Parts: sequence; structure tokens; C-alpha cells
Amino acid sequence: MEFRRFLKNKVSLFGIILVATVIATAVLSPWISPHNPLKHHIVKRFSKPSLTYFGGTDRYGRDIFSRTLWGTRMSLTVGFSATLLGALLGTVLGLIAGYSKGRVSKGIMWLTDVFMSFPTMVLAIIVVVAFGPGSQNVILAIGLAFTPRFIRLARASTLSVSEQTYIEASRATGQSDIGIISKHILPNIAGDVIVMSTLWIATAIRLEASLSFLGLGTQPPSPSWGNMIREGMLYFMRAPWLSLVPGAGIFFAVIGFNMLGDGMRDALDPKLRGRLT
Amino acid sequence: MIAFVIRRLLLAIPTILVVITVVFFSVRGLGGDAAMAILGDRATPQALEAMRERLGLNQPLWKQYTSFLGDLAQGDLGRDLRTDQPVSELFKRAVPYTIDLAVWATIIGILIGVPAGVLSALKWNTPLDFIGRFVGILGFSFPTFYLSIILLYVFSLTLNWFPMIGGGEMDNLMERAWHLFLPALSLGLIKSAFVMRLTRSSMLNVLHEDYVTTARSKGLKEWVVIYKHALRNSLIPVVTMIALYLAVTIGGSIEVEIVFNRPGLGKFLIGAIQERNYPVIQSGLVVLAVFIVIVNLITDLSYALIDPRIKFE
Repeated sequence: MEFRRFLKNKVSLFGIILVATVIATAVLSPWISPHNPLKHHIVKRFSKPSLTYFGGTDRYGRDIFSRTLWGTRMSLTVGFSATLLGALLGTVLGLIAGYSKGRVSKGIMWLTDVFMSFPTMVLAIIVVVAFGPGSQNVILAIGLAFTPRFIRLARASTLSVSEQTYIEASRATGQSDIGIISKHILPNIAGDVIVMSTLWIATAIRLEASLSFLGLGTQPPSPSWGNMIREGMLYFMRAPWLSLVPGAGIFFAVIGFNMLGDGMRDALDPKLRGRLT
Repeated sequence: MIAFVIRRLLLAIPTILVVITVVFFSVRGLGGDAAMAILGDRATPQALEAMRERLGLNQPLWKQYTSFLGDLAQGDLGRDLRTDQPVSELFKRAVPYTIDLAVWATIIGILIGVPAGVLSALKWNTPLDFIGRFVGILGFSFPTFYLSIILLYVFSLTLNWFPMIGGGEMDNLMERAWHLFLPALSLGLIKSAFVMRLTRSSMLNVLHEDYVTTARSKGLKEWVVIYKHALRNSLIPVVTMIALYLAVTIGGSIEVEIVFNRPGLGKFLIGAIQERNYPVIQSGLVVLAVFIVIVNLITDLSYALIDPRIKFE
């Protein structure tokens, strides 16, 4: 039933199409790219966008369109991995904070509040400063930056599920804590976590692009939209397409996931449908 | 009220301490020789030793930490590794550019976002609303630096209406505004999307409240209902959220400063990270963190002023 409502919503429909396109591009990029993304063609450097080179070429003569297509791989890898990391860590800690009472719970929540007050970008930058640049550290950085938000969500969900009578009943029949958590609490909070994750994948992709743009993320020559734009800025006056074309990739991926997440949220919470965007 | 203020202030202090500690450890990295990272692997042992001495890395960790705290308390932010200038001086010159950007981006965000959100809410479920929601998601998804680049391309490179780089002299008001316009606009537009989304949902909530129905059934003119009753109440969460969206502003302002080459704190910090200018990185992150904590503090306090129920939580 929710599925039908989900599909009727134009926003989520559009989102699914965009996301499917991006994922398909990532999977099929070796086959649909007109040129090799890493090959240098110095003779053809800085060519304007044309029929041969849809996005033009960069300072080494590499085809920008092909590199943009390949960039989907990096963005999706980082987007999914970082969100997964944040969701896993956050859910575990949030569960503990929600299920246990007392100092452990208070401690976790206090630390969470401290880090929640910081923008994810700043948290990610701090992690990158500690561990160094590179795409793996970006996954770690973004994942850690997301963790406080997932802790909050998991704890809230855990609390509301724990209040239910059937939990008390389970405990009364001698069910162990671990049993209760795995059989009753986890399945019930999973839905919330999944919806939140979908929304945050978009942010993860955007953050990876921003960090790579600042030179703190994926390092060249791996094509990441962010670092392509960064290189492009060096030659902006001469060849602006270096920066403009990859940006379209970021834009479509992020907007696709945002629409998808919005649609999912609208479909699953009837109270919010139509009222909250 | 005083009790709440004191409680909140007391909470801010350990927060700042935690953050300063995190910055301290992350800058020292988790292993790795800072001296080697700065000087490269072809440096002589004497040079490496001199650098370690200069950075204070030879002292035991706890001693480094306490002297770090002590320096901060006295306002000593260290010295820039390249030019040996006091970091506090360099920051003082950079801060006005960042503040200009943040303030004007917020103003633009509000000026565009609030009316757009109100309109979208009033015309709920009409095509105008859908356009509004779509533009909202658009702004929400656009990476700030990409919008900046597009604006730079259209208005600077192609049309030549605005300068491409720099911040202009602070004292010269015309130059300052001229260099500020595009950066503030790009950040402001992104921010307005957030503000619009929030204003819209808040307004929709308020419009369905009983007191609005009451006001209407009293026969009040529609604009009185909207302005006097609905709008003011719906602005409460918006006011607090504007500070929360500081997140977008701070992260975005770093990117915007890089794109437009504005000599603000963000550009300074990122440059330092690339150069491994440790004193600057350290102090920059601390200043940034403390700034964020202070703004959050002010937000919480003003929220309590607007909604007295908060004080009792």
C-alpha cells in the first residue's frame, strides 16, 4: 500500500529514475564511456565540447564526459559506504543509549550532543586532518560525521519501541536482553534507519564532492567529480567546461537521492504527506 | 531564567574543552612524524630535529597539551610556519571577509526564503507550490561550490559584471560590496532553499491550528489572519533554525571562499591543511569550533527567550 503511494508521488518517481540512471551509469561506465578516462591525449588538450568529446577535454587531453561517467563509481562507493558506516555505528550506539539507562546512556547522549552541534563538513574536515586525505579516509570522515545523527535517531526509535507492552511481556517471560533487542527492537527501528539513510546518501555524495573539491578527498588521477572541478578551476578562464561538466554529475546524483528519500519519507508517514516537504 | 543561562553556559565550557582536545589530537595525527610531513623525506636530521623543537613535539604529550591550553587562554594562537607571523594577526585580517560573507548570505537567505516559503504554504498543493518545493529540493541538492562556479561563469567570466577573485579592500566600501555580491548571493541562494522549506512546513502547521480557524471565523480580513496570527507564530522555529543552518553557511562559506579566492578564514584554513601548516590548522580549527559553540549557545538562549517552555527542560 505504501509502495503504491510511493510510486504515485511524482517526486519519488523522478527520484527513482534518476537514482537508477546513476547506478546504471556506475555499473556500465566501462562500456558506455566513449573514451578511456585515464588516457592522456596531450595533442587534444583543452578541446571544447564537441561531438567527439561531449564534455571537452582537460589539461591532459582526457575526455571529461567519460571521466564524469566514471565519477559515478567513486561517488556511489563513498556515498553508500559512508552512510552505511554512520548508520551501523549510530544504530549500535543509539540502541545502547536507548535501551540501557544510567551513566552509559547519558554519556553517549552528551557526547552526541556535543558533536551534533557541529556541521558535518567541519567534523569531516577534522577527521581528514587527523588521518590524511584520500577516498578511504573520506568514507571514514563522513561516516563518523553522520554517526551522531544516527545515534539520535536510533535512540529515539529504541525508546519508543521499548515502551511498548510486548517488550515488558517478553522480559517477564524471561527473554534475555540480547533476545529482546535482536528479535523485537532491531526489526522495528530498522525502517526509520533505512529511510534516514536514503536521505543521507545524498548528503554523503555532496560532502565527498566538497571534500574532494577542497583537495581533502579523492586524489587525482582517480576521477571524482569534486577533484575534477578542482583541477578545472586552475584553468577556469581558458576552459570553463572542465569545471562545469562534472558538476552536472554531482547535481543529478544528489537531487536523485534527495527526491527518493523525500518520497520514501512522505510515503511512510501519512501525517507528513503533502504538508512537510 | 538566570538559572537556565548559567546552566547553559556551564554546558558550553566542557563542550569547548572536548572539541579543543579532539582538535589537538587530530592535528597531531595518529602517528606520523609532523616534521617529516612538513619538510619532506629528503630533509636532514638536523632540520627535522629543529622543526620538531619548533613545533614542541619533543615534549611529553601531556605537557604539549597543557601548554597548548595555556597559550590559547592567553590568546596566543602560534606562529605561521611559513612566514613566522603570529597567527592571531593573520586571522584578524581574514575574519572580516568571512563575517561579511556569512552575514550577507544569511540576510539574502532570509529575504528570499521566508517570502517564498510563505507563498508556497499559502498556495499549498497548487502548481506554484510544486514549483516551490522543487526549487527547494534543487537548492538543497546543489553543492554550494558548484553554484558559485556557475555564477562565476555567467556573471564574471562571460558578462564581466563582477570581479573574479579577491575580497577587495575592507575600507573601500564600494570595492568591498562589489567583491561580496556574487559569493554572498551563491551562499544565500542555497541557504534560502533551506529557509524556504522550513518556513513552508512551519507555516502549514500553523495554518491548521485552531486559533487560525478561530481568527478566520471571527471575520478578520485574510491578510490580518496571515500576518498577525499565522506568520509570527510560524517564524519561531525559523528563527532558531537559521542558526542551525549555520551548518550550511560555515561549510559553504569555506567552499565559496575557495572558488572566489576570498581571503577569509576558510580559505586560510584549507590552504594551511594542504601546506601542513600545523599551528595555523590547529588554531583555525579551534577558532572555528569555538565560534560554532558560541553561536549555538546564543541560539539556545534566544530560543528560551522566545519560547519560555524551553527553560524548564
